[in-house]
Amino acid sequence: MSQVIKDGKDTIIFATKEDHQSPSKVILSPPEPSPGLIFPDGSINWNCPCLGGMATGPCGVEFRESFTCFHYSKEEPKGMECREKFTAMWACMDQYPEVYTEGLKDDEEFLNAEEQADKTTKNKETNS
Amino acid sequence: MLSKLRLIRPPVSPGTRVLNSWESKNYSDKKNGGGKNNRGKTPPLIQVIKPVKINFSKKNKKIYEPVNIPKKEIIVSESNEYPLKTCPIVAKDEFSTTPNLSTTAQSSGSEKSNGWQNDSKNKQSFRNWSLFGGAIILSGTIYGIYHFDLMKQKKDDNHTTKEKKNAKKIRKLVQIPSLSESIPDNIQYLLIGGGTASFSAFRAIKSADPTARVLVISAEGYLPHMRPPLSKELWYGDDTEMAKSLNFHQWNGTSRSLFYEPEPFYTPVEELTTAKNGGISLARGWKVKSIDVSKKKVKLNDGKEISYDKCLIATGSVPKTLKLYDDASEELKNKFSVFRSISDFEDLWEQLGHIKSIAIIGGGFLGSELAASLANKGKKNGVKIYQIFKENGNMGKVLPKYLSHWTTEKVRNEGVEVVTETEVENCSLENNKQQVNLILSNGKNISVDHVIMAVGAKPNTELAADAGLEVDSKLDGYLVNSELQARTDLYIAGDCACFYDKQLGRRRVEHHDHAVISGRLAGENMAGAAKPYQHQPMFWSDIGPSVGYEAIGIVDSSLTTIGVFAKGNHKDPSILANETDQNTSTNKKEINEELVPKTNEPMSENEYKKGVVFYLKNDVIVGIVLWNLFNRMSIARQVLKSDRCYKDLNEVAKLFNIHGDSS
Repeated sequence: MSQVIKDGKDTIIFATKEDHQSPSKVILSPPEPSPGLIFPDGSINWNCPCLGGMATGPCGVEFRESFTCFHYSKEEPKGMECREKFTAMWACMDQYPEVYTEGLKDDEEFLNAEEQADKTTKNKETNS
Repeated sequence: MLSKLRLIRPPVSPGTRVLNSWESKNYSDKKNGGGKNNRGKTPPLIQVIKPVKINFSKKNKKIYEPVNIPKKEIIVSESNEYPLKTCPIVAKDEFSTTPNLSTTAQSSGSEKSNGWQNDSKNKQSFRNWSLFGGAIILSGTIYGIYHFDLMKQKKDDNHTTKEKKNAKKIRKLVQIPSLSESIPDNIQYLLIGGGTASFSAFRAIKSADPTARVLVISAEGYLPHMRPPLSKELWYGDDTEMAKSLNFHQWNGTSRSLFYEPEPFYTPVEELTTAKNGGISLARGWKVKSIDVSKKKVKLNDGKEISYDKCLIATGSVPKTLKLYDDASEELKNKFSVFRSISDFEDLWEQLGHIKSIAIIGGGFLGSELAASLANKGKKNGVKIYQIFKENGNMGKVLPKYLSHWTTEKVRNEGVEVVTETEVENCSLENNKQQVNLILSNGKNISVDHVIMAVGAKPNTELAADAGLEVDSKLDGYLVNSELQARTDLYIAGDCACFYDKQLGRRRVEHHDHAVISGRLAGENMAGAAKPYQHQPMFWSDIGPSVGYEAIGIVDSSLTTIGVFAKGNHKDPSILANETDQNTSTNKKEINEELVPKTNEPMSENEYKKGVVFYLKNDVIVGIVLWNLFNRMSIARQVLKSDRCYKDLNEVAKLFNIHGDSS
């Protein structure tokens, strides 16, 4: 049984689990859209928080060019034509080890990364 | 393909790593969410850094370990003009009638689960794309934890630290570049202030305009950083070195730096004009003295002039001080401090090693968080913490009285001696000038080694008068429209912006999330977006291990509130006692205030364990507090966006699944 307590202008309701079992009758307006990295129309959301400082940092332009190339790539495997852009991005990132290479020092990561890359490439192909 | 890319691939799986970094870097509504359960990883509407919560619950699973609040807090999220909207249909008494008891046997929260479905859908699609991004290009390494060579910076500051133990340190201000000649004479985007709003703005500008040239002029010697952990997470880690290097644990267990970006992220100011792809540069330790809005020019403290295409003022706010401090002798002043900056944190950290008592004056967010944090930190050394304020409970301006009292009990449980309804009337040095004697309005005296003033902040509008910019007479802050524009090509964001919110009227907000949201909006608009302020900021606070809440909208304890709390399975003894005392033949009870013992709240802590509090103005919901209930902020946003007139708020409360998992 729920309890209601008045404390001056403040009301306190202690609701039991049972009280709240039935679905609410309140109809809300739809939630705000919260786009991820890719907008519903397929374009890239450069303001996505998921990018952290990638698109805005010292290699932001190179990153954007590479990712754009990759995202819209029709080649098989996807992104083959983007090699140059990626190389440029890499050359840039190499200049900013503190910004871009954190966590890379571990050899295990490299190995793991190699494995994952294969898997991901497959995933990606399935997705696209 | 692209074998080199593989090398930057994250250690676990690309998607995971990217998500992790996203969590850690970004502002999500769900700050407190995911400890054990990852439900909360919807892509945040708000991005950027949310200093997530700390793991101070490793030992205590029950704890909601939230994050902290920007010290900007001193609740200024008021509005001088509540929406005119009223709800004529709602009879007051409807709230006090017994809530409907459901007879249907549906499983709980089906409405809510729609919400979750939506969330998880978003999350799914986000995850897919993260995999993409993660696999191919980025890699977590990039995002990883921000490592920054703080030590270097700290050395600069610390050399003064040891000089005098008892007197306040004079810090040498870092000034980089050392000569203003290195600063460009004209710049595309000029950001005044180097805090969170400015950070959020330059990220938005660069996202919209990839080759933008952005110059940030910051009076602080530090790189742009988040402030919330300064009063919270940084005090809870066991690792002293970590705290000293300004790293802290987030709720998901990872550590990160207070600094948003490491130093090499920023283009050296000398190269900004010539850099091929533009960049973001910092002029640290420099101050803008005046703005000529018509000529679109600013003048620095040494007379150097800089022309801009677009300018943002994000100068934040400065801590207020007490009059008795202002009037005190220098000797006495040395025993007092405010708490806002990294330097303040470092000074206090260092002091805690050799003093035995601290009085914190102020009962708002900062004072309450700091009291709990210091009590925890000082336990081992036997440091006594007093918290003195004039309200009758912690966060009394924000929380309804019963919750405020309950919170005070929690703060006391943390070992803080809380002195309510009391002001400091006078003070003097004593014990060979080693201590301050505080004379209180309740007739008592307290002697302490140090005093912290946490009595609010004042927006920094010192550029207004000379520039002819209007400052709001009631709320303070530069007056701007809903696009955060003060004049042509001049924008304001963060604490010092008094803006028009079409949902809740004219407002000024001193919270971290608002700095992020308004900074981003200003940045987007500077790059040509012309968007209005639409997304409601949230804020959060954690007071010790058992109080954590998130809030949105206008949360002011002078408003009418309806709180709906989960009733536990077991009848609480104090409730029983209360019922007996007050003869509760019906569910509706009037608690006579006089009967409520000051020291012993009628409700047990269990009763306020989890719930939702609605704040009403003219029967319209204007604010919501989610009490020890996390990952529901998007629902709260929807409630605020909807009609906001409800006959039965218990029905609205159902949307929040208050009996469900807190996170």
